Amino acid sequence: MWGGMMAAISLKVNGRVHTVDVDPETPLLYVLSDELQLRGPKFGCGLAQCGACTVLLQGQAVRSCVMPVSAVKQKEVTTLEGLGTPEKPDAIQQAFIEEGAAQCGFCLSGVILTAKALLDEHPKASGEQIRDALSNVLCRCFAHTRMMRAIQRYQRGRA
Amino acid sequence: MKREISRREFVKSSGALVVSFSAASFLEPFGMAQGPFDTHRSHVDPEKLDSWLAIASDGTVTAYTGKCDLGQGMFTAQTQLVAEELCVSIDKVKLIQCDTSVTPDQGTTSGSQSTPTNFNMENLAQAAATAREALVGMAAQKLGVPADQFTIENGVVKAKSGRRVSYGELIGDKHFDLRVSSTAKRRSPSDWKVLGKPVPSRDRVALMTGTFEFVHNVHVPGMMHGRVVRPPEIGATVASVDEKSVQHVPGLIKVVARNNFVGVVAEKQWQAEQAARELKVAWKPGPRLPAQKEFYDYMRKQPSRDVMLVDSHDVTEKLKSASRVLKATYLHPYQAHGSMGSSCAVADVQGQHATVWSATQSVYPTQHGISALTGLPLDSVRVIFVRGSGCYGLNAADTVSYDASLLSQAVHKPVRVQLTRHDEFVSENYGSACVIEQQAGFDTNGNIGVWECETWSVSYGDRPGYEKSGNVITGTLAGFAPDTITPRAAAEPAGELRNGSNAVPSYMAGCVDGKCGGTGSIRSERVLTHAVPSPFFTGPLRSPLRLQNTFAHECFMDEISAQIKADPVAYRLRHLRETRMIDVVQAAAKAASWEARPSPKPGTARTGTVTGRGIACVAYEGDNGYAALVAEVEVDQASGRVRPRRFIAAVDCGPISNPDGLRNQIEGGVLQGTSRALGEEITWDDRKVTSIDWQSYNTLPLGIEVPVIESVLINRPEAEATGAGETAITLAAAAIGNAIFDATGARIREVPFTPDRVKAALSARGGETLAAVWNNPNVDRALSGERPDCSPTRT
Repeated sequence: MWGGMMAAISLKVNGRVHTVDVDPETPLLYVLSDELQLRGPKFGCGLAQCGACTVLLQGQAVRSCVMPVSAVKQKEVTTLEGLGTPEKPDAIQQAFIEEGAAQCGFCLSGVILTAKALLDEHPKASGEQIRDALSNVLCRCFAHTRMMRAIQRYQRGRA
Repeated sequence: MKREISRREFVKSSGALVVSFSAASFLEPFGMAQGPFDTHRSHVDPEKLDSWLAIASDGTVTAYTGKCDLGQGMFTAQTQLVAEELCVSIDKVKLIQCDTSVTPDQGTTSGSQSTPTNFNMENLAQAAATAREALVGMAAQKLGVPADQFTIENGVVKAKSGRRVSYGELIGDKHFDLRVSSTAKRRSPSDWKVLGKPVPSRDRVALMTGTFEFVHNVHVPGMMHGRVVRPPEIGATVASVDEKSVQHVPGLIKVVARNNFVGVVAEKQWQAEQAARELKVAWKPGPRLPAQKEFYDYMRKQPSRDVMLVDSHDVTEKLKSASRVLKATYLHPYQAHGSMGSSCAVADVQGQHATVWSATQSVYPTQHGISALTGLPLDSVRVIFVRGSGCYGLNAADTVSYDASLLSQAVHKPVRVQLTRHDEFVSENYGSACVIEQQAGFDTNGNIGVWECETWSVSYGDRPGYEKSGNVITGTLAGFAPDTITPRAAAEPAGELRNGSNAVPSYMAGCVDGKCGGTGSIRSERVLTHAVPSPFFTGPLRSPLRLQNTFAHECFMDEISAQIKADPVAYRLRHLRETRMIDVVQAAAKAASWEARPSPKPGTARTGTVTGRGIACVAYEGDNGYAALVAEVEVDQASGRVRPRRFIAAVDCGPISNPDGLRNQIEGGVLQGTSRALGEEITWDDRKVTSIDWQSYNTLPLGIEVPVIESVLINRPEAEATGAGETAITLAAAAIGNAIFDATGARIREVPFTPDRVKAALSARGGETLAAVWNNPNVDRALSGERPDCSPTRT
C-alpha cells in the first residue's frame, strides 16, 4: 500500500531540535539534505553500499539513505558538520586535515564517521577491526593511504 | 549588455570588485570565431587582462579561470600560480572557476591539460605576469624611479630608496585596460616562493568539516526535485507513457516525455523517487547485445575506422629475417568511471533564460549543449560550475545537467535532479574495451629490431563538446545524434608521429616520413588502430586508450625480456632513448632497491603464497609527462588472490607546482589503477548492462590492507609543465601483471586479474602460457594469417 501521508516529525540533529513535515517513510538523508540543508551526508548509492550518507545515531554509524526518518525517534543525529566546525574541528577531522586525506572529498562522511564510531567505542581497535569496519566504505578517488594514516593518527591521539 | 550586468552582479555578490567589458566583445557572434587554446571565443575576451584578474583597493586579487577543480587539486595549484606571478601571498588570491558569465572559455578540464594550459606560456600565468609588469610600470611612473629598481613584497612595490606603493593604491578597483602580453616575463622557478611548495589544498578544512558546497548541496528558492526514467535495456525506445500510473503520488508536478527521454518532477525528492519507480512506461526493445563472452572476437570482426599511426614499411621483411618472433594478444574490458556520488545538477529554465549549476568539466561546451536541447539562444544560457563527486574523465555530470534543464523547462520552475546509482551506471560513457595484438622480432643478441602493434577499440558518443549533445545519453534520448564510427581504411601516415593515445610503444623510434617523434630505438615499426562501433556509450575514462595500450605494451615488453632472460629494467633501458624516460625508470628502480635479474623469480614454489615485482613505464602522450611504477605483489596460489604490498612511482611532470598535490594524485591514481586491474569490469546480458551497483561492479573498499605507495618526484623547474594526473594510473595494470608473472611464472593478458582468471593462468603454467614464440622457419606460417592462440588465459 502506498503511504505518502505527511506527518510532523521532530528530530534532534547536531544539538538542535527540528520539526519537519514529511512522509514518515522518507529516508533520513533526504530530510537532512533537503529540509535541513545539511551538506555533510551525501547521496552516493541509495543502497547502503558506499557510506557517503553516513551519520552518527547516538554515536553509532548508520546509513541515512536507507533509514526512514520515522525510525530515528528520540535518538540524536550527528552529521559531519555537527562533529566539529572549520574553526574548531573534531580531533578526527583535524587528523584528516593534517594528513590531507581526500581528493574530491565526497566520501568523507562515510570514512570519518565510520572510523570515529569504531574508535570512540573501541579505542584500542586492531588493524583488522578497523579494516573490518571500513570493509564497505568506498572512496573512488582512492585516497586510501592518507585516510588510513589519518585514522591511525586519530587513534594514537586518543590513546 | 545583459551579460555585462550579469558579470557585474556576479562579482558584486561574490565580494569581488566590479569588472566590466568593452561592448566590442559582445558584438562578435558567439561560438563562431575560433579563439586561442583551441576553444571558441566567448564574450569574456581572453586577450584582455581584465578578463583574467582584478585587484581591489585592499590589494586582494580576484582571478578567473576556465579550468576547474574536480578533486585533482587544480584550485590550489592555480591559486598558487596567480600568487606567485603577482608576488602576493596565497591568502590574497580569490579564484573564480568556470562560469560562462564571468570566466574565459578554456574548453574542457580534461586530458591532463589544465596545468600545461594555464602554467606554460599563456593564459592565466601570462595574465598574472602581465599585471605584475604593468603594476611595476605604474609604480615607476608614480614614484619617478626606473622600473628595474623595484622589488615586490606581498603586493607592495618597493624602490631601493625605501619609497613604496601598494597594488591597491596603484590599480585598486580600476581596469588595467591592457591586452595580455605574450612577452611579459614569467617568474623564474629559482625565485619561486609559493609555487613548488607543498601548499595544503585550499578546500581541505571545508571538506573535512562537511561545510564544502558540492553541486549536490545547491538549493535554489522554489526548487523542485526530478528523477529520470532511463530505458531498462540498451537501445529500448518509448512506446507509451502512462501518466495516470503516478497520479496518486503526492506532490507530483509533472511527467515529462520527449522522444525517448522520460522524467518526473515532484515537490520533494522522495516523491520524485516514488513516481519514477512507479511510472509505467511501455518500451520497445532495442537490438540484442553481442554476447559478452565472445565480445573481443566480435570487436575484431566489425567494420572499423582505421588509422595507421606509424609505418616504417619494412616490418614484414624484418619479421621474416628476425632471429625469433614473439606474439601476444592483450584484452581490456569496458570499465566505469563509477563516481562515488551519483551525478546531480540544478537547472532553472524559465521563459527565455536558463541558469544551470553543474559539475560539468566543460561549462562552455555544456552551455552549447543546453542551448541546443532547450532551444534557448546560447546567450541566454548560463552554466555555473559547482564541484561534484570526482569524475575521472566523463561521468554523468553533463548528462544530468541536460536532464535537469529539460525537466525545469517543462515545469517552468527550478529543478534538482539526482541520478540513482543504477542511473549513474547506465548513464555514463564507459572506458573503451580493447584488443591489442603485439608482435616483435629480435636478433641473436636479444635486441628488438621490429615491433608491430594492431589494436581494436570501441566507440559510441563521447564528450559532448560544443556541437554534439547526442554524445551522452540524455542528448540521444531527446533526439540528438551521437558520434558513431564510419568505417574507413587507413591512410598512409603523414607528418610527425602523433602518439596521443599511446598506441605506439615508447620503445619505438616513431618515424613517419623520416621525422622521428618516438622515445625509443626500434626503427622497424608499424602501428595500426581500428575503432569499431560500441553497443554502449563510451568516453574518456582516465587515461583513455593510453591505459589499455600501456597495459599491453608494458606486459609485452616484460614477456620479451623474460624470453631473452634479461632483467626487465635493464632491457627497457636498452631500448629507450628519451632521457626523461630513462630517468624515471632508473629512479623508480633505485627507490625500489630493484634486484637486477630476469623474471620469473627463480626457485619460487608452485603452491602457497609467493611474491614478485614488476615494472612499467610510459611517456604519457609521447611528451606530456613521464612515469615509471614498480609494483610488489603477493599471490595466494590457492585462491588466486593478488595482494599488492608496495608501489614505488617516479614521476616527471616538469616544474612541480605543489608536491603534496602531486603525491596525492600519484597515490590515488596507483590505487584506482589497482582496483581497475584487479576487479573492475562492466558486464551485460543479451539486453542490458548488469553491473549496476557496488555489488555487481567491483571496487576496492577502504577496508583492504592498503599497500605502501612511495613517490619519487623528479622536478624539472626549467622544463614546460606537463600533465601529471593520468601518468601513474596508466601503469598500474601492467606493473601488477608483470609482478604476478615474476612471482608465479603465469602471464595474465586479460584485465581484470580476478581470482578465477589468476587460478586459470596458474594451472595452465608451462609452455602454453608463454606468448607464442617461434624461430625463423615458423614466421612465414604466422604471417600468412594462421595465427597461434595468443590468449590462452581467456576463459
